[in-house]
Amino acid sequence: MVKLNVNGKSHTLDIDPTTPLLYALRDELELNAAKYGCGLGQCGACTVMVDGTAVFSCLIPVAVLGEKQVKTVEGLGSEAKPSPVQQAFIDEQAAQCGYCSAGMIMRAQSLLEKNRHPTDAQIRAQMQTNLCRCGTHMRILAAVERASALMRGETLKEIAR
Amino acid sequence: MNALSRRTLLASGAALVVHFTTDLPSAALAADPGKLPGALADQPVLSGWVRIDAQGEITVFTGKAELGQGIRTALIQIAAEQLDVQPTDIHLVTADTARTANEGYTSGSLSMKNSGTAILNATAEMRALLVQAASVKFGVAADKLTTTGGAVVAPDGRKLGYGALAQSVPADLKATGTAKVKDPAQHRISGKFLPRVDIPAKMTGGAAFIHDMRLPGMLHARMVRPPRYGASLISVNLDAAQAMPGVKKVVRDGSFLAVIADKQWQAIQAMRALEKSATWTQGRALPEQAKIFDIIRALPPKDTTILDRSASVPADTKRLRVQYHRPYKLHGSIGPSCAIGLMQGDQMTIWSHTQGVFPDRAAIAELVAMPQAKVRLIQVEGAGCYGHNGADDAAADAALLACAMPGVPIRVQWMREQEHMWEPYTPAMVTEIEAALDAKGRIVDWQYGVWSNTHSNRPGTGGSLLAAWHIAQPLSPPPPKPIPQPEGGGDRNGIPLYVFPNAKVISHFLPDEPLRVSAQRGLGAYANVFSIESFMDELAETAKQDPVQFRLAHLDDPRAKDVITLAAQNFGWTSWKRQPGHGRGFAFARYKNLGAYLALAVEISVDKETGQIRLLRAESAIDSGEVVSRDGIINQTQGGIVQSTSWTTLEAVQYGPGGITSHDWLTYPILRFAAVPEAVRVSVIDRPGAPYLGTGEAAAGPTAAAIANALHDVIGKRMRELPLNAARVKGAMSAA
Repeated sequence: MVKLNVNGKSHTLDIDPTTPLLYALRDELELNAAKYGCGLGQCGACTVMVDGTAVFSCLIPVAVLGEKQVKTVEGLGSEAKPSPVQQAFIDEQAAQCGYCSAGMIMRAQSLLEKNRHPTDAQIRAQMQTNLCRCGTHMRILAAVERASALMRGETLKEIAR
Repeated sequence: MNALSRRTLLASGAALVVHFTTDLPSAALAADPGKLPGALADQPVLSGWVRIDAQGEITVFTGKAELGQGIRTALIQIAAEQLDVQPTDIHLVTADTARTANEGYTSGSLSMKNSGTAILNATAEMRALLVQAASVKFGVAADKLTTTGGAVVAPDGRKLGYGALAQSVPADLKATGTAKVKDPAQHRISGKFLPRVDIPAKMTGGAAFIHDMRLPGMLHARMVRPPRYGASLISVNLDAAQAMPGVKKVVRDGSFLAVIADKQWQAIQAMRALEKSATWTQGRALPEQAKIFDIIRALPPKDTTILDRSASVPADTKRLRVQYHRPYKLHGSIGPSCAIGLMQGDQMTIWSHTQGVFPDRAAIAELVAMPQAKVRLIQVEGAGCYGHNGADDAAADAALLACAMPGVPIRVQWMREQEHMWEPYTPAMVTEIEAALDAKGRIVDWQYGVWSNTHSNRPGTGGSLLAAWHIAQPLSPPPPKPIPQPEGGGDRNGIPLYVFPNAKVISHFLPDEPLRVSAQRGLGAYANVFSIESFMDELAETAKQDPVQFRLAHLDDPRAKDVITLAAQNFGWTSWKRQPGHGRGFAFARYKNLGAYLALAVEISVDKETGQIRLLRAESAIDSGEVVSRDGIINQTQGGIVQSTSWTTLEAVQYGPGGITSHDWLTYPILRFAAVPEAVRVSVIDRPGAPYLGTGEAAAGPTAAAIANALHDVIGKRMRELPLNAARVKGAMSAA
C-alpha cells in the first residue's frame, strides 16, 4: 500500500511502489492533466507540483512521496472557476494542440507562488524545461506574465483582438 | 496607387488586422460553374453536412479533424454565421467513418478551403430552405422574412422554429450550391473573435485527448519494436514477461511484439523485460549521414519537367549556380502516438488521432483482413502532429491487439524512443539553382532542380502501416508515388511565383528511400522556399539591389506585392538601424502557389563565441482570403514561424549505418524558451468575399529563408545547408 496526497486529498493505493507518480495520477486517480511525453524528464508534459516545487511526475516513484502535497492542474481550478494561471492561458488563447498546456501551467504556478513579479528572463528560465512543439511559446510567455498580474490582483484590460 | 493607401489599419495587440477593399468577385467563395463548392462536390447531400432535428438541435458534420489548428472553432463560426444562431447552438461532429463525409486527409492547409467552403454553402442553403418553408406557411415572401435565435420571423412577429421547419427538408436532398451566402459586411460571428472552444478543457484537466479516454474494462498495451529498420525477431522470452504482475497477454506475430496489461506501468515494465530478452537480426544498414546529399544525388531519379518557359536570353549576363541541402527532420509530437482498439463480435472500432479516418480504415481493414464496412475509425484529438507521424501506425497496432484480445478495449501508447525512431521523417532534399541576370539586374533565366523522395507514404493500403512489415505474413509497402503538380510533393513550391522570361523546373523524384519518410507540414515547400528565397537574396546582392524591391520587381500578383509591402513596412525595412551582431532578412512565398500569401522580415543576432543564432523579431503579413478566425490565423502563423525557427536553426535526424540515433530530446534537440524570439507579429489581410486559402503551412518556408538571409547579413557568408546550427555557423564564421 502506498500513501499519496493529491490536491489536498489523501489516497491509499495498492500499486507497485516503483510506479512513477504520473501513472498513479493517470491510472489510479483518473486525472487527465499530467501527460506522458518522454518519461525522461526532458519535455515537461508531466509537470506537477510537490510541496510547491515543479517536478517531472514521470520520474518520481510514488513511494517516495509519503505525506508530501502533490498538486495538479485539477487542483488549481475548473472550467467554471479557473485559477489565475488557467484564466491567463485562456485569455491569451495560449494553446494550439494544448498537449503541453497542463505542464506549462504547473511550471508557471510554481514560479508565481514564489515570485509575483518575475522578469521576462526569469519566466523564460523557469519554462526552459518544458517543450512546446506547436510554437505557441510567445502566447505562453504572455500568459505567464498576465497570470502574474492577475495574482497580484491587478485589473487587466481585455486583450484587443 | 500605393497599395497601403487603400487600407484601414487596425492595431490589435500583437497583430495588425488590415481590411482590404478589393475588386475581387463577391461570389468568389463559390467554385467553378457546374461544380459544387468545396467538398460539397464530393458529398453533395445536404444532410451530410448539416442536420436539424425536431427540437431544433443543429448538428454540423466535417470530415476534417481537429489537430490543434483550431479548425473546430472556425467551422462552428462559419455555420453559426450562416444559420443566424449562436456558436454554442452548433454541435460539430468531426472525422468519423460512421458519421461524416469522406474528406480524405486533414492536410495541405485545405480544411477551410474544402470543408469550410462546403459548410459555408451547406448551412447557407439550409437557412434558405428553412426560410422558404416558412414563407409557404406564413404566406409571406421569403425576402420579407428574417432569421434569428433559431427561428424564422415574419414582419408581423409570427415565428417558426428551425426544428419544425427542418422536417420539410428531405434527408436525401442534394445541395445546389446556389444559395446566397451572407454579405461579409453583415457578419456577426465569422471574422470576429471567438475563443477556441477546445481550450478551457485543455487548461483544466478535462478529457481533451485520445490519451485521456478511459473505456470500461480498458487494458494498456506497449509495443516492442526492432532496434533498426529491417531487423527481425530471432528469439524472446515470452513466458517471463507473461508471468509479470498485471500482464494479461504477450502478443507475438512474427516480429510484431507487444504486451497487454492492466496498468500502464505494468505494461512498460513487461515491455522492457521483453526488450532485454529479445534478439534480432542485423537488419538494414543505413547510409552515412555525412554523405547523405551525395547519396541522394546518386539515386536513380524519375524526372518530370514541371515548368518550361523559353525566351531568348541576352548575352551579357551574370550567372550564379548553387545547391541547397535540407536534412531529414522529425515531426516530434510532444505526445507519443496512441490508439484504442475494440473488437466486438465481427465489428472493430478504432479511436485514433489519424489525419484520415477513411484511408486509415481501408489500410487497417486490409491488415486485419476484415471488410471495411465492419471497421469504424473515429478521430479523437492527439498532440499536434504536423503531418504523418506515428498516429496511423499506432492505430494499426491497436487493431492487431484488439484482434488478439477481443471484447476488451486495448489502449496502446508509444514510448518516446519509438516515436523518434519509427515515425516517418520528412525526406532529406537537394535543390540546385542556376540563374542569370541581365545588365539591369533582372532575372532573365532560371533553371531549378529538386531531388526528393515522396512526401506521402500515408496509408490507404495495409502495406503502408509499420505493423504490416513486422507480422509473420508481412504486407509490402506500395511503391512510392510523387504528388503531382499543381500541389506537388517534393516539388511543392518548386515553381517560383516570380515572373522570369526563361525558366525551367525539373522535379527529380527518387523512389528509393534511405530512411522511412512521409508527409510533414509544408512537404517540399519548406526546402524549395528556403532555396528560392535564399537565392533571390544572393541574386539581389549580385544585382546590388534591395532584396524587398528586387522581389517586388519580379512579381506581378498584386496580393503577393501587398503582403511583401506590408511586412516590410511593419518591420521598418527602410529605416532599420543595425546593432552590432544583428542582421535582417526577408522572404516571401505563396504556399503551393495556390494557398495563402505570406511575407516576413526578421531580425536576428548571432553569438560570436558560439555561433548561436537567435531570432529576435519577426514581422509577418499573411493573406489567407476571407478571414473567419483571425486569432486562429495569427496563432497558426506565429506557431509556424516559431516551429520553423526550430527546424531551421537546430533540427536534423541523427543516424548512421547502425541505425537511427535520434531517440529522445537530447539527441534531437528542439527550440526551448530561452531561445524563442522577443516578438513574433502577424498582420492579417482580410479579403471579404474571397475564397478561403488555408493558413497552417504558409510560414515554414519563408521563415527558413528569412533567417538564412539575416544570417548572411550578419556574418557575410551564405549558408546553404540546413540546419543553421551553432556549430555550423561558428565554422562558417571562422572559415576564411
